[in-house]
Amino acid sequence: MHKKLLTAACTAALALMAGGAQAQISGNVVKVGVLTDMSGTYSDLAGQGTVVATQMAIDDFVAQEKPAFKVEMVSADHQNKADISSNKAREWFEREGVDVATELVTTSTALAVMKVAKEMNRVTLMSGPGSTAITNEQCNDLTVHYTYDTYAMANGTARAVTKQGGKTWFFLTADYAFGHSLEKDSSAVVTASGGKVLGSVRHPFPASDFSSFLLQAQASGAQIIGLANAGADTTNAIKQAAEFGITPKQQLAGLLMFISDVHSLGLKNAQSMYLTTGFYWDLNDETRAWSKRFFDKQKRMPTMVQAGQYSSVLHYLKAVKAAGTDEAQKVMAQMKKTPINDFFAKNGQIRDDGRMVHDMYLVQVKKPEESKYPWDYYHVRQTIPAAEAFQPLSESRCPLVKK
Amino acid sequence: MTINNNGMFVRATPLLFGALFVIGLVAPFAVYPTFLMKILCFGLFACAFNLLLGFAGLLSFGHAAFLGTAGYICGMLVRDLGVTPEVGILGGTLAAAILGWVFGVLAIRRSGIYFAMITLALAQMVFFFALQWKATGGEDGLQGVPRGHLFGLIDLSNNIAMYYLVFAVFCVGFFIIHRTIHSPFGQILKAIRENEPRAVSLGYDVAKYKLLAFVLSAALAGMAGATKTLVFQLASLTDVHWHMSGEVVLMTLLGGLGTILGPLVGAGVIVSLQSELADKVGSWVTVIMGVIFVLCVLLFRRGIVGELQALIKRAGIN
Amino acid sequence: MEIFGVPSALFGSQLLIGLINGSFYAILSLGLAIIFGLLNIINFAHGAQYMMGAFVAWIALTKFGVNYWAALLLSPLLVGALGVLLERTMLRKLYKLDHLYGLLLTFGLALIFEGIFRDQYGISGQSYEVPELLQGGVNLGFMFMPIYRGWVVVAALAVCFGTWFMIEKTKLGAYLRAGTENPQIVQALGINVPLLITFTYGYGVALAAFAGVLAAPVYQVNPQMGSNLIIVVFAVVVIGGMGSIMGSILTGLGLGLIEGLTRVFYPPASAVVVFFIMVIVLLVRPAGLFGKTA
Repeated sequence: MHKKLLTAACTAALALMAGGAQAQISGNVVKVGVLTDMSGTYSDLAGQGTVVATQMAIDDFVAQEKPAFKVEMVSADHQNKADISSNKAREWFEREGVDVATELVTTSTALAVMKVAKEMNRVTLMSGPGSTAITNEQCNDLTVHYTYDTYAMANGTARAVTKQGGKTWFFLTADYAFGHSLEKDSSAVVTASGGKVLGSVRHPFPASDFSSFLLQAQASGAQIIGLANAGADTTNAIKQAAEFGITPKQQLAGLLMFISDVHSLGLKNAQSMYLTTGFYWDLNDETRAWSKRFFDKQKRMPTMVQAGQYSSVLHYLKAVKAAGTDEAQKVMAQMKKTPINDFFAKNGQIRDDGRMVHDMYLVQVKKPEESKYPWDYYHVRQTIPAAEAFQPLSESRCPLVKK
Repeated sequence: MTINNNGMFVRATPLLFGALFVIGLVAPFAVYPTFLMKILCFGLFACAFNLLLGFAGLLSFGHAAFLGTAGYICGMLVRDLGVTPEVGILGGTLAAAILGWVFGVLAIRRSGIYFAMITLALAQMVFFFALQWKATGGEDGLQGVPRGHLFGLIDLSNNIAMYYLVFAVFCVGFFIIHRTIHSPFGQILKAIRENEPRAVSLGYDVAKYKLLAFVLSAALAGMAGATKTLVFQLASLTDVHWHMSGEVVLMTLLGGLGTILGPLVGAGVIVSLQSELADKVGSWVTVIMGVIFVLCVLLFRRGIVGELQALIKRAGIN
Repeated sequence: MEIFGVPSALFGSQLLIGLINGSFYAILSLGLAIIFGLLNIINFAHGAQYMMGAFVAWIALTKFGVNYWAALLLSPLLVGALGVLLERTMLRKLYKLDHLYGLLLTFGLALIFEGIFRDQYGISGQSYEVPELLQGGVNLGFMFMPIYRGWVVVAALAVCFGTWFMIEKTKLGAYLRAGTENPQIVQALGINVPLLITFTYGYGVALAAFAGVLAAPVYQVNPQMGSNLIIVVFAVVVIGGMGSIMGSILTGLGLGLIEGLTRVFYPPASAVVVFFIMVIVLLVRPAGLFGKTA
């Protein structure tokens, strides 16, 4: 009798172990959480579009890879509040078995969530936030900063514009930490590339009237006016620069702009501006194909954040399948080991500090008469190779980077 | 402000308080503790606000300044100076009290709507200060505040331990408010609210009483903010933004202006809504908040608790 | 030539720009003052109504091809009509209560309006072209002055002073002022006070919408364009004291100028200078510059 029981128990245990090789995925479900700004300042560049992109990534993964596990998605509006997002993330991890928190536009929410995730041993994939603190002072080994950061944006634009002859600069800077760091990073690049910074003016954030600041920029006589601000501040400044006849005599350089900003400004206002982007839908056949699919669902062309969101989620899911587990450290090791090759990135690589490095593009906004079809907004002027686009590891302030 | 009136005043019996206290003690074993802590923090914030509006008749539209400032100060003390959590909370509370004194001195020079607008404008100055000052982390917020060890002994990284600290802080704050309302000072505040000229003619230094009420309310709001920083381990601009000032008005109004338990109920409802709606309605959260605001003002000005009391009272009479 | 170390050309242009911004403050604080005068309500939805004014103009242009000039009339009418509706259905119920309920109600309305527009049109906003007639600019020697900005000052001042004239010098205005002082007696004289109140609120809202249309070609038309502006306007109102129509106009213009100067001399303070002045005024003259002691 006892013997029988024992054998039964053993068989059961063996069966469990055998199944275990595959069932190392908790509940046999991989749950992707999308925390984003659905209603606030960043809802156009991230928001619902990132939810759509995530769903596309999941559908494509399931269709192509036919995984043995199920993939589910949950999403929430973090309302740009750090406490709501950290609370939500904690709840997801503790009670709903979410494996990975993604997107997280707005740096304050991103920093809060990556700490919670690390504490609970989960992965964080960030497509939306821009702060370099994520891969420097605040870095950890379970976070991937995927699409862009302020360094790459400012660096790419400032360097390229200076090299193309925009030697003298004047900065219009949003007066808070984010604006200051954009200004600082770009000033350094301008000087290093042989340009000269004539001065800067700090405007309150948020502001709606930029005319007096623009006139100061005009009085400086600089060839290039660098806009170290974001969102509505940037678009208002651009619009008013045209109004006051500052452009096209002097040129503007947007240090942090998205295609959604260009779309809302219209080409007439934004024409000839330089900016850096991690993705443009009209780069090649592959990007066009994906973007058209996105457009069919969202009625807007994707921003780089939305495209990056798709790519990062797909990369994560493939890593889970390859590693045969959803345990964070193992998945992360797999993700770092595998180069990223899809429509978004070619030979993208996740570094030790969590930075995903890939090529960036310097683009110039088309003139209205050059635009042939809807969303035909950019001339791609230069591809900035991955190695140059991002902050070099040697300058990293992340303790995980071995020097 | 003519807020529901004398009869409506909560005669919450010791029995009710006792029952609530016991529920508070066992709650973290049934409900998600972080969620409860958030409700308690906002509940205390709303109670502090209610002390001013519901009992002294002063509508402050700048209470976020106290919540946020105390949060930042507490965060800096704990994270950067390494003090223990209780010192952090006290420090934050003190900072809010001082700020409350400054606001109060300026704002009580006018009453009614002007008072509301002045507090709003002053709070906006605090917001800009928090945005630009390096130490607050600007838009990134003050991140990575450790919960630390209470009195250097009890590890607060345990959610349950943290919960009991928050619960204790709430009880202390609630007790202070309760005592204040039922003290002679509270009676004078009510007298001022009902008929200011009469209070003046009776020889009361009205300005002094209003100021004291303002400082007390600010300090308690600060206590809530400082505690909240420890719970979430961060302080951010959200807490000093004027939307937060609006939110606390909504919580109080929804729960029941001038009732002692109303603000807690209101905070509970709003916090739950925000967390529930976050998944479901996406961008409609603000619209829904606005609709609740409008409905409260138009249809049930007594709020949830106020309406309940009216119902009980009517049942008692019949 | 330099004034306090700032080239005089820059100085002159900043004064002019200050005046332009001041015109917006003036027209918005005027609307608030009129509404406050008769209804005793602070219209928190004023910023949202300003935003709606701009959006209606944009929708009219892009969806129906209605040009700027027509929108300048149409948009205040439509938004004003919405104001009338709000007054009739909601605000009216609150007159017997404390004034603060009016503030709370309009705050709720502001949230609703902003939320709806954000959901419909996104947050990045929309661009509205400067009308053809007013495109380009003139070189004033010390600055390049866009014609449109000049038009803003002219139009805003015309509307402000027209409103002042109507209230201070006409019979309708006399009823209005009398209604503010003592509604019972005016009612007894056979004047329909409730209608007067409805009309007043509608007019105040229409002023906000008018400012919105004026702003559309200058600023990005976006759902939050009013929400930050309105707090500054509140401070303007506190400084002016809401006691007189002319007072609120002059305060608006004056603060625009002061803000403009701050942007040259010490830009970081330009966001708070209005609030700072408010504090000083409160310490020196608690009732506001033009206020009756209350």
